Amino acid sequence: MIKLKINGKELETNAEPDTPLLWIVRDEAGLTGSKFGCGIGMCGACTVHVDGAAIRSCITPISDLEGVEITTIEGLDPAGDHPVQQAWRELQVPQCGYCQSGQIMQAASVLKDNPAITDEQIDAMMSGNLCRCMTYARIRAAVRQAADVMKGGR
Amino acid sequence: MSGRVNRMSGGLDLSRRGFMVAAAGSGFAFSFLTACSEGADVKAFEPTQWFSMAPDGIVTVNIIRAEMGQHVGTAIARILADELETPWETVRINHVDTDPKWGLMVTGGSWSVWQSYPLYSQAGAAGRIALIEAGAKILGVDASSCRAENGEVLSGDRKISYVSILKRGSLERVFTPEELTALPLKPVEERRLIGKPVAALDVAEKTTGAAVYGIDAKVEGMVYARPLLPPTRYGSKVVAVDDSAAKAVSGYLQSLTLEDPSGTVPGWVMVIAETYPAAIKAAGLVKVEWTPGPGADVSEADLQKRASELISKADAGAVLDTGGGDAQAAFRAARSTLEATYTTSTVLHFQLEPVNALAFEKDGVFEIHTGNQWQSLILPTLAQALDRPETSIVLRTYRVGGGFGRRLNGDYAVPAALAAKALGKPVKMILSREDDARFDSPRSPSVQKLRMAFDAKGEVTAMEHHAAAGWPTLAMAPFFMPKGLGDVPYDPFAISGADHWYQVGVQKVRAINNDLANTVFRPGWLRSVGPGWTNWALESFLDEAAHKLGLDPVAFRLKMLTGEGRNAGSSPNSVGGALRQAAVVRQAAEKAGWGGALPPNTGLGLATSFGQERNMPTWVACAARVSVDRSSGQVKVEKLTLVTDAGAIIDPDGAKAQTEGAALWGLSMALHEGAAFEAGQVRERNLGAYTPLRLADTPVMDVSFIESPEAPVGLGEPATTVVGPAIGNAIFAAVGARLRHIPIRPNDVLQALRG
Repeated sequence: MIKLKINGKELETNAEPDTPLLWIVRDEAGLTGSKFGCGIGMCGACTVHVDGAAIRSCITPISDLEGVEITTIEGLDPAGDHPVQQAWRELQVPQCGYCQSGQIMQAASVLKDNPAITDEQIDAMMSGNLCRCMTYARIRAAVRQAADVMKGGR
Repeated sequence: MSGRVNRMSGGLDLSRRGFMVAAAGSGFAFSFLTACSEGADVKAFEPTQWFSMAPDGIVTVNIIRAEMGQHVGTAIARILADELETPWETVRINHVDTDPKWGLMVTGGSWSVWQSYPLYSQAGAAGRIALIEAGAKILGVDASSCRAENGEVLSGDRKISYVSILKRGSLERVFTPEELTALPLKPVEERRLIGKPVAALDVAEKTTGAAVYGIDAKVEGMVYARPLLPPTRYGSKVVAVDDSAAKAVSGYLQSLTLEDPSGTVPGWVMVIAETYPAAIKAAGLVKVEWTPGPGADVSEADLQKRASELISKADAGAVLDTGGGDAQAAFRAARSTLEATYTTSTVLHFQLEPVNALAFEKDGVFEIHTGNQWQSLILPTLAQALDRPETSIVLRTYRVGGGFGRRLNGDYAVPAALAAKALGKPVKMILSREDDARFDSPRSPSVQKLRMAFDAKGEVTAMEHHAAAGWPTLAMAPFFMPKGLGDVPYDPFAISGADHWYQVGVQKVRAINNDLANTVFRPGWLRSVGPGWTNWALESFLDEAAHKLGLDPVAFRLKMLTGEGRNAGSSPNSVGGALRQAAVVRQAAEKAGWGGALPPNTGLGLATSFGQERNMPTWVACAARVSVDRSSGQVKVEKLTLVTDAGAIIDPDGAKAQTEGAALWGLSMALHEGAAFEAGQVRERNLGAYTPLRLADTPVMDVSFIESPEAPVGLGEPATTVVGPAIGNAIFAAVGARLRHIPIRPNDVLQALRG
């Protein structure tokens, strides 16, 4: 039995300790906003936060996660109005949308640590997240817009 | 209850509950009747099959196209709402499940807006006219004195809202198909929604994790399946299955060898477990012995060798009707000629949501829950696989986590359905990324030979384009294949683009099926289909021809885009013909600063196309600015300037988004992607080896559209077709290295630099 805390809620699971967090989040917690893409941590569609840091849930075993705060896209902001989410909507970033939960979680974590991010840093920090629809120009612009909002403390 | 309804409905006979729904093609019924349900104060109003209007004025538009990122529901609803004159805030979209009444359900070819435009405009106009007639009656005025605007019928200074009309429930009007096509559509200048900015209706749910995709589908009591794939796509047989080691996995249930009457998934073994992680773990421990089918030893080089052999056979393939003339004679008479061969590698869809399906039987109906692009194609196959009539199978519609043509081939629904039938319980199958890549329907590798003949003055007198590749349409939808000269069928999605709009004298276009490719794998339709490779060859070749003649590549193209003869265009889809292509070329060149000074090792290259098909041309041109590192061979794409003429633009931001994505697909396939067959399988199966474009390599893009009142055409793919050759031509302009294969790797550049 492993105890996890996901979006502030306790979850007890009988899953094997080496089970990747992604499947617990999706199939046991019923939070399907985090997606399965590559299974090797290279597309970023499964990105969630562990104590605020972005991790790839498809390669993170649950045995590593007792006593930490896990946050998924569903728990990022109670009203879905995190500055990154707002920027994503204002700039109409998503196309198919499958990678976008991961993109948003990656961006939110990066900007929390560094709202004064440079354009080069945006490129570097967001390049681990694949967008197959290639919405990159808008992702770049939306991260910049959200950074400006977060930096301004709005 | 009934007294109240009668009072509100003005004494209408409410014994007729419900409505009329017209079958597709058999007419179009409008019947706005009040239905009352026992115990509820509900006045439901029912629509045609394309939309409904509730008494509160809410309009629900039924969308038969898959939502896979193109915001197609928004665009189609805009078309209908504009003609209906209903406020945009009243509009909802409903992506429907399969039903024969919808007719052909397919989302591909960049056809959706083009095909939907007439249908949904007419549906909206029919609604508007019915409302005007009913409103006029209530107002006691002549309908000819009325107009509709923004949810109201107006006559002089009198008006009545749609809601007031609908609440009376007095509206009934039936339109025959003839009446429908004769309905007056609004003049372009009265459009209120088309062409105006709009927030796409599917965006918000994709920022909160709320959007539901096929992979998210669930049902009580379902088990999970991960397949073990055979060594070949076709003809593999299971000899033995040993699951003794898997039995130690908690949650493992069984391994199931599929029996498939449809022949879609020969040799598949489904590893079944209570959870997906258990299925993954167990699948790693189940040992299956197969006898492979054909092609288990075939490599990418073998495939390309076969394509080259076929091109050298004069009688192979089908010759398209491109206006007649004796190309052979023209080449014999030529003063000089140019010939070059271009090749492209295998390309994977790598849609981020691996293919998956949930299948189960409920109340005598087999339900398949999955994202799909061509429901009408897979339903007959499912019927064969399950041995039950199509009418007892339904495909439930979900958001598609990337289509790009992969989900036109609905093969992945079959194994889930077979397993659910065999086990008698719901089965949810998800392919691993590696398996998704292995049994993708990839874009076939291709070989193309192009030739051009010139007279003494350097004028072009003839051109030939021979293209050999695996044919997706032959593999999956042969009934879709047109016939070339001598009634020889060909795959239009493997040659379109070669039948271009340039004036080149006698033109010969030959499409050849690479039979080895179709034996080894199931070639797929992939974003931009044929023009994704034919235009790579065509536009690279025209650049080479311009340089041979000592002409500026833009001037050379413009000289041939005369808009004469078969390139004059016709109404309604290609009005203006090649002159519109000339316009986008001119504008892209101008915007990109064509002819201006550039830093060393930096070049501008241009390419253009008519998009996907001659009968639905989307005119597009791209100027790529690249810099090349001569020591490493690295190519950096600095900027892409794209100009598109797609007729009337329905959703400007959606159009821009599609063009941005399509253009970057072109870039990705030109420099970053590319797979190879090895021992009958795709070698690159995950992101360690298959490396699509990432954000850091994304260039600045300048995307614009020509303002046009013409018929709206497609936007999902055309930009893909021009970026590769624009980059190739830019590399030549930068450093004089001519590349004739995509993807272009640094080593290829270094080799070309050495000559």
